[in-house]
Amino acid sequence: MARAVSNRTKTLNTIVAGTLGFLLFFPILWIVVLSFKTEENAIRAPLEVLFSSGWTMDSFSAVQARSDYFKHFSNSVIIAVGSTVLGLIIAIPAAWSMAFVPSKHTKNVLMWMLSTKMLPPVGVLVPIYLLFRDFNLLDTRIGLTVVLMLINLPIIIWMLYTYFKEIPGEILEASRMDGATLREEIIYVLTPMAIPGMASTVLLNIILAWNEAFWTINLTAANAAPLTAFITSYSSPEGLFYAKLSAASVMAIAPILIMGWFSQKQLVRGLTFGAVK
Amino acid sequence: MGRIQLKQVQKKFGDTEVIPPLDLAIEDGEFVVFVGPSGCGKSTLLRLIAGLEDTTSGLIEIDGADATDTPPAKRGLAMVFQSYALYPHMSVRKNIAFPMRMAKMSKEEQNKRIEAAAKALNLTDYLDRKPGQLSGGQRQRVAIGRAIVREPAAFLFDEPLSNLDAALRVGMRMEISELHKKLDTTMVYVTHDQVEAMTMADKIVVLQAGVIEQVGSPLELYRNPRNLFVAGFIGSPKMNFIQGAEAVKHGAQTIGIRPEHIDVSTSDGAWQGTVGVAEHLGSDTFIHIHGIDGCDPMTVRAPGDVAAKHGDTVFLTPQTTQIHKFGADGLRMT
Repeated sequence: MARAVSNRTKTLNTIVAGTLGFLLFFPILWIVVLSFKTEENAIRAPLEVLFSSGWTMDSFSAVQARSDYFKHFSNSVIIAVGSTVLGLIIAIPAAWSMAFVPSKHTKNVLMWMLSTKMLPPVGVLVPIYLLFRDFNLLDTRIGLTVVLMLINLPIIIWMLYTYFKEIPGEILEASRMDGATLREEIIYVLTPMAIPGMASTVLLNIILAWNEAFWTINLTAANAAPLTAFITSYSSPEGLFYAKLSAASVMAIAPILIMGWFSQKQLVRGLTFGAVK
Repeated sequence: MGRIQLKQVQKKFGDTEVIPPLDLAIEDGEFVVFVGPSGCGKSTLLRLIAGLEDTTSGLIEIDGADATDTPPAKRGLAMVFQSYALYPHMSVRKNIAFPMRMAKMSKEEQNKRIEAAAKALNLTDYLDRKPGQLSGGQRQRVAIGRAIVREPAAFLFDEPLSNLDAALRVGMRMEISELHKKLDTTMVYVTHDQVEAMTMADKIVVLQAGVIEQVGSPLELYRNPRNLFVAGFIGSPKMNFIQGAEAVKHGAQTIGIRPEHIDVSTSDGAWQGTVGVAEHLGSDTFIHIHGIDGCDPMTVRAPGDVAAKHGDTVFLTPQTTQIHKFGADGLRMT
């Protein structure tokens, strides 16, 4: 039976939830508003900004004129997709072995992997920076792809592990009895059954890699800089480029926002780590 | 061909010995049932034969060749699992085709065998459905279909009927028996249900705690159980065991008498007791009787028209030729 809730409580809940939702969404909304204003209008008081006349696309063309958006965009795509694919190649066998041939140390290994996410990234900035310098990886896409893959690998493995755990072991044993080799077992039986879980994993990790700012900003200069570094280049201590900074931000988040919008269902599954079916 | 021989096969999980070294020979074309209470190691034994578990020591031979370290796919055996273990993302046709696809068999041959299996198992109309759209019995038949198209040396069944309801179970039991008659291939079947074991087996292997208690034909086990465990496990309702003065009279520690070998009378007999519960099945009446020395309650199988009810006094007489005698060590006395 559904819990009885009075209409008054329902209205109140709706108002509270709506307000909270609006507050959370407001910064993004404000960035979009600012991006369509001139620089001088953008630094006025909020209400004046909103009602000031003159909506313009000038900021966008100025941003595109100053820096090549599409170069940064393609860097972002390559790094985000590349690190996710590379991560999957390593994570699938890792998750497979932990889910189907667990040892008494499997839980510890999983916890250890998760624990690396608790370390502040800045703690390993110096060694990674030096490694990058010595191996000539600074400002390269391949270097960033590898680092972002490593950063997200624990999450990819954890997610795949939980999805694989849901697949009954007897089905894999049946495929072994049916003559499938390990490779065939993974390709024909395990992967098709884990496709929904893998899709959520891929989506979530593309988003995480797309938005990753610490390493992308610190390890790139111009060539490999993705959209996160592109936004940063418009932030200045004087705050005179609000409109352009907003335009750059809108251009950077738009693709991932659109992708996220169309894949909401898969994402929810991914974020709840397989708890919602 | 499908002769399976286990020689001193042992299985340990860590320090726990699940199966102490045992020997067993399964002849070509035989229907062998492993039966025993849950946790007796019967499924583990089957998985050792399948190759899904590694032996700790000992030798497994299939058709005379050492298969101890052969991977499951190369043993030429097919297995039907308790949970059916169908591939949920494949249609029935693809499920049945999967082992042939793995064996790189030609498409024409695959289709020929799929059609034949589907016909034999009444699955022709369901070939393009997914397993999720089938009933339990149909799923089990798909699992069997997937096993027969390979023409394996032997079939392994791991409690294949325990997920089905009672009526379906009886039907499938017969279908599997008929399949065995038709294919004449070795079948090894694991169950905890002694009725399944009795009705299907050529040879029953009774297991307890990983140890083979007795091997024999169903009637052999019924008539000459080697020890108390087998005597109590085979037969339904269970054999009555009587200890104390009555057993001593027969020169034994324990005597056993099956419910169907006791005559009931309302006027006179060897033992006297009162009816506790009478289960009227129509064809039979199972009467549970209290108040008999050394055995409480004693179960008696009487004809369906016996009008016993709670509290009635009855007299029982065992058929003397049907009394089983067991010594202090639990073994049958001859």
